[in-house]
Amino acid sequence: MGDEDVVLLDFWPSPFGMRVRIALAEKEIKYEYKEEDLRNKSDLLLKMNPVHKKIPVLIYNGKPVCESLIQVQYIDEILPHKSPLLPTDPYQRAIARFWGDFVDNKIYDLGRKLWTTKGEEQEAAKKEFIECLKLLEGELGNKAYFGGENLGYVDVVLVPFYSWFYAYEKCGNFSIETECPKLIAWAKRCMEKDTVSKSLPDQDKIYDFVLHLKKVFGIE
Amino acid sequence: MGEEVKVFGYWASPYSYRAELALKLKGVSYEYINEDIFGNKSDLLLKYNPVHKKVPVLLHNGKPIVESLVILEYVEETWKHNPYLPQDPYDKATARFWIKFIDEKCFPTLWLAAWSAENEREKVTNEACEYLKTLESALNGKKFFGGETIGMVDIVASSVGYFIRVTQEIMGQNLLSADKFPQLFQWSEDFANCSIVKESLPPRDKLLPFVKGLIAKYQQDNAKA
Repeated sequence: MGDEDVVLLDFWPSPFGMRVRIALAEKEIKYEYKEEDLRNKSDLLLKMNPVHKKIPVLIYNGKPVCESLIQVQYIDEILPHKSPLLPTDPYQRAIARFWGDFVDNKIYDLGRKLWTTKGEEQEAAKKEFIECLKLLEGELGNKAYFGGENLGYVDVVLVPFYSWFYAYEKCGNFSIETECPKLIAWAKRCMEKDTVSKSLPDQDKIYDFVLHLKKVFGIE
Repeated sequence: MGEEVKVFGYWASPYSYRAELALKLKGVSYEYINEDIFGNKSDLLLKYNPVHKKVPVLLHNGKPIVESLVILEYVEETWKHNPYLPQDPYDKATARFWIKFIDEKCFPTLWLAAWSAENEREKVTNEACEYLKTLESALNGKKFFGGETIGMVDIVASSVGYFIRVTQEIMGQNLLSADKFPQLFQWSEDFANCSIVKESLPPRDKLLPFVKGLIAKYQQDNAKA
């Protein structure tokens, strides 16, 4: 499988893109990374994802796969024996999919509210955000990773948001570690793996990016 | 086989319907428990789905599986005969893409078009039509989204092909019409006419007044907000 067979259209701060980077790294799939300028989307992006025109897009032998959770499952299915992300048992898979959906439906939108809103709205978002993280801590339990002994599907889906935690904390004026120490310990454990640490940008860079966005959108 | 399969659902819920259709397609017998979701949810439902407290819940040998799409994938993987997802990973990814599109774009926008206020309706309706056009392109000349037989995309698209069509009748709208979307319209007819589908869909004469009441409630709540 040569480099040119796999292309990832991505945007460096996107947690959705980060999921795919981690999955590709876990499977040791070589690929070409193409940075998209979201204000000036490439013809390739518009051709490969005409329905949503969004990143990330995984192009495998010329054929596009869109939507990060779908991409992670696809990557897992084409190389099922190498670093499997989803368990083999259908019930365990259902549990993993449930929590993957939970993260997808909750964390991004709540996180976004943390840096785009103020006052009561921000406080409500903060409260719900912490509640969601606590539920995830409950699911993690005493395991090293959501996937058990190794990184699994839920780890890959959730850990990208760790790169955004510093920005959330600064904007929301709170400490995630104080509220959810187990989850932070889990995130740091994930970051000890190259596949994760090399796929996530620095928290400082994300914070600078958020400050830049706030300026551009006129958010205080 | 001594398997215990139960579905906690609501007779008028398109999400609940998917779980039942999937089990019927696999020929799996199950006990159906109708939940009073607008009144009093049972202790069992709250025990089996503490995070979302919603239907459907599939209980298989005492183990709960929740979220309709998670249930569909579980049923497919547990009872491997009569598959409704393709084997090839790329085709599977394509099916999952359309499922997400229906659930996140098509269905919510069509539902919104049914009850939204006059001044917003045109914009939402135009958006809904765009989504229907895109969904129709996914059929690509096939009888069903799954090809010759019903697949997982068809199961999910029942929310549009049946439940939304009923809604439109009530509202005097005709978005999913034969002349605007001939392929999609034909698909919805073929789908509803499959014997296994026909015998399991909630009857129109019960669904019509129910949806009417629901729309009135949405409009009322929206006016208050």
